Amino acid sequence: MSELSIKQSAIAVFFGRLGRHALRGLEQLGDGTMLGLNALALIFARPWQGKHFVLQLYALGVGSLVIIVITGAFTGMVLALQGYYTLAKFGSESLLGAGVGMSIIRELGPVLGAFMIIGRAGSSITAEIGIMRVTEQTDALEMMAVNPRQRILLPRIVAVTLAVPLLVALFDVIGIGSGYIVGVELLGVNPGAYMAELIAKITMHDIYGGWVKAVVFGFMIGMICTYMGYRSEPTTEGVARATTQAVVVASVGVLIVDYILTSFFL
Amino acid sequence: MIRGEHLSKLYGDVAALTPTDIHIRSGKITAIMGGSGSGKTTLLRLLAGLEKPSSGHVWYGDEDLCAIADKRLYELRQSMGMLFQYSALLNSMNVYDNVAFPLHEHTELDETVIQTMVSMKLEQVGLRGFEDMMPSELSGGMAKRVAFARAMAMDPKIVFFDEPTSGLDPISAGVISTLIQNTAEKNRMTSIVVTHDVKAGLSIADHVILLWQGRIIAKGPPDSIRDSDDERVQQFLEGRPNGPIPFSRSTTSYIDDLTHRPGTVRLES
Repeated sequence: MSELSIKQSAIAVFFGRLGRHALRGLEQLGDGTMLGLNALALIFARPWQGKHFVLQLYALGVGSLVIIVITGAFTGMVLALQGYYTLAKFGSESLLGAGVGMSIIRELGPVLGAFMIIGRAGSSITAEIGIMRVTEQTDALEMMAVNPRQRILLPRIVAVTLAVPLLVALFDVIGIGSGYIVGVELLGVNPGAYMAELIAKITMHDIYGGWVKAVVFGFMIGMICTYMGYRSEPTTEGVARATTQAVVVASVGVLIVDYILTSFFL
Repeated sequence: MIRGEHLSKLYGDVAALTPTDIHIRSGKITAIMGGSGSGKTTLLRLLAGLEKPSSGHVWYGDEDLCAIADKRLYELRQSMGMLFQYSALLNSMNVYDNVAFPLHEHTELDETVIQTMVSMKLEQVGLRGFEDMMPSELSGGMAKRVAFARAMAMDPKIVFFDEPTSGLDPISAGVISTLIQNTAEKNRMTSIVVTHDVKAGLSIADHVILLWQGRIIAKGPPDSIRDSDDERVQQFLEGRPNGPIPFSRSTTSYIDDLTHRPGTVRLES
């Protein structure tokens, strides 16, 4: 038989592989959306999962506080340094407050915040759900007449969607504050100018834009990370692969959606 | 009564179970036995509704488990229990909360009543006093006994046991076998036990189903299985390596494999 097989050209092989990957991606997107929506549809179904929303909000939200404070502080500090260096060339150091605030609120807060939450909370969601599948805990829930989509997936999706905007707000405040410290205390920018420009230049429109991004990113992280865990192959390597994949897909997804949202809210 | 009709399951192209009809009698212990890979766990998962069959139906009375709404399925499951092979305890909770879990979820009972019930269930498996331990602190055998207590927490009508005695020391295995037998009798509980432990299976079951390569090769009361003149059945019961069921799963000749490898010296015969 082997001599009868037709040797495919390299281009055909390439497009064949590309097509298969694209179809597989599309299939996963559909499957993930269905699974997530299926879980979300149970939000008001009895029994009410209020306690589990709060528990997850605590585990995922409060658990990410420290990392958000640290990254927020250093982002604000480096922005002040870089901004001062650039603005000083035009003699407009007084715009530093507006520059730092604008970049953080509109862009860096939601995106960097989302990255940190993917690394801290998203990966743990995927790994935890994956391990629950490997050890048959989700089957055990099924057999105890508890719907794992309602008990495991739903609270995590809701909790991350709520936690990300709250954490991003904290990131913004810390970032702007640490930018003030570096700009005013270390580099000698006029404190009045820093605050006045910040307040004058940043509008509610900027803040809404950042807030919408944070909510959308939170929802995406919840959907992607729960899906990857729930559909991971029930082996040790399967869970490891799913965790890596969840982090990669969520991070890339955040960047792509960030561009799309920015083009709408500009 | 639970009835499987033309049940089959494919994983990809591999048939784990070829179309099978099966009757589970109410209030009796049915043992599903067979070697590893014979499809017995698959059959159990299909009967419990954890997986959808590739073809066929599972009937609980006159309800088709594959066609009913989720809500009804969860209602039915409140009167079911399952003991998983690797226990499947919820590892975020301690022993007490694991055993009390079904009671907390589905009953409005007062916590003191639940405490009493949990103590009773744990006493049965000899683990009263271990309420505060976490699943990760338990040995495999202890975890299995806690899982048994949890499966029994709601006094279910139907219980599925996936390898209840594997991984247990002989004493615990004996205790679990006796417990299955006693509770089944006392509560008129329908038990479906999947096991490859011939001794335990034949001693506790009222009805035995023997599977090989995804199909039923023998069924009937334990005595008729013991006296079966089917060579495959006798081989399985006695654990002989040679017989109609091959021990080796390799499909190529061992001698050819060794002698045809590059670099090996071949003797002319």
